[in-house]
Amino acid sequence: MNVLHFINSFFSDSSHWHGYDGIPTRLREHVQYSLIALAIAAAIGLPVGLLTGHTGRGGNTVAFIATAGRALPSFGLLVLMFVLLGLGLTPVMIPLVVLAVPPILVTTYEAVRSVDPSPVDAARGMGMAESRVLFQVELPVALPLILSGLRSAAIQIVSTATIAAYVSLGGLGRYIVDGLYQRNYEKVVGGATLVAVLALVTLGFFGLVARFTVSPGVRRSAP
Amino acid sequence: MSGGLFDIPSDLQNTYWGLVGQHLREALIPVVAGLVVALPIAQLCVRLRWLYPPVLWVTTILYAIPSLAFFVVLIDYTGQTETTVMIPLGVYSLVVFVPAIVDGVRSVPQETLDAATAMGLGPVRRYFQVQLPIAAPAIIAGLRVATVSSISLVSVGMLIGNQGGLGNLLNDGMIYHQNRLVWLSVIGTAVLAILADALLVVVRLLVTPWMPRGTRKPRPVDEPEPVTAALEDAVR
Repeated sequence: MNVLHFINSFFSDSSHWHGYDGIPTRLREHVQYSLIALAIAAAIGLPVGLLTGHTGRGGNTVAFIATAGRALPSFGLLVLMFVLLGLGLTPVMIPLVVLAVPPILVTTYEAVRSVDPSPVDAARGMGMAESRVLFQVELPVALPLILSGLRSAAIQIVSTATIAAYVSLGGLGRYIVDGLYQRNYEKVVGGATLVAVLALVTLGFFGLVARFTVSPGVRRSAP
Repeated sequence: MSGGLFDIPSDLQNTYWGLVGQHLREALIPVVAGLVVALPIAQLCVRLRWLYPPVLWVTTILYAIPSLAFFVVLIDYTGQTETTVMIPLGVYSLVVFVPAIVDGVRSVPQETLDAATAMGLGPVRRYFQVQLPIAAPAIIAGLRVATVSSISLVSVGMLIGNQGGLGNLLNDGMIYHQNRLVWLSVIGTAVLAILADALLVVVRLLVTPWMPRGTRKPRPVDEPEPVTAALEDAVR
């Protein structure tokens, strides 16, 4: 009940709805940072994952990147980049991208590699060029898994961008970090609610994308 | 203080190795608790097939909630304590374990189960002596993911009143302008994670002596965790 009370008073305070520290501004910042980080990470992870998955080479390197990516402490990396590079967007973007590349790369690699080889062979037998095999046969079949990798990365970015408020980034994490310093629990809980909702919206967004982009045949044949 | 490598500011009221201990405690207790809770839930999902999709949905949603948001909402109930850090980590571990165990137990071939029954094993002994050992690689794969991400996430506990083990060094590194402390935190946490991961690989080799070792590990074991869980709801 207590927490609900805090949430209610946070959202009904009209001063939270406009200005530099208003919810629309902070939300826009958060979404903007997350999209930039996800775009950069996808630009790195997708092509490399598709290529390694298609050729089947570099599996050990990909597995190593997966383990290393998981072992890196996200929060520590944020603070490290901040103390080394100083204020600004770049020191925050580096850890966000570094953390988002492994899930995208590894899932894409696994997805393409685990495509049933018989349709792939059939496509080759029909005389398809390697690029057509990749984009017209392997990619559509691997798409659900690839999207789930992008989704994990996006959720991790939204989550880590929240913590990044501690090292001066804007976004919804500001409410939590500032609220903790100001002992303003209403603000803390309001911020936490917004962040959780944004994460769930991200989840739902990827569900919708999967619904519209995954071929019905692929969806039906899945177990 | 004469500037030893592992000397840390006195306001943390701890030694470096004390922080390592706190870090491991906050990271590992939730993983064990998550595993203990996940086993019966997973068994229930194996028995009642209709239960698995909704359980998977709930776990996917719980897993999406950012750690910091989870921590701060709990402050109202459990205060700025280690418990507040451990509860979300336990939930995240649970979320990793349930699909790992369900997939592992389901992968046991029907003939194997029939053979066990024919040998006179009751449901309980069959579960502990046949199903769990065969599911062990999948469970340990989940254990690796849960342990490593738990070790990484404990640091965030610093933000809720210095409850973050090695993460507590990050704040001191910033306020005292001591980059050494930040390095100590980042490298220390990464080393803990890698050691724990390596230890679990050794455990898997020990508990599954029948598996082929070295050359090529069986695929499902090394699949990153989100894949198995995410695949199922992505195609639903």
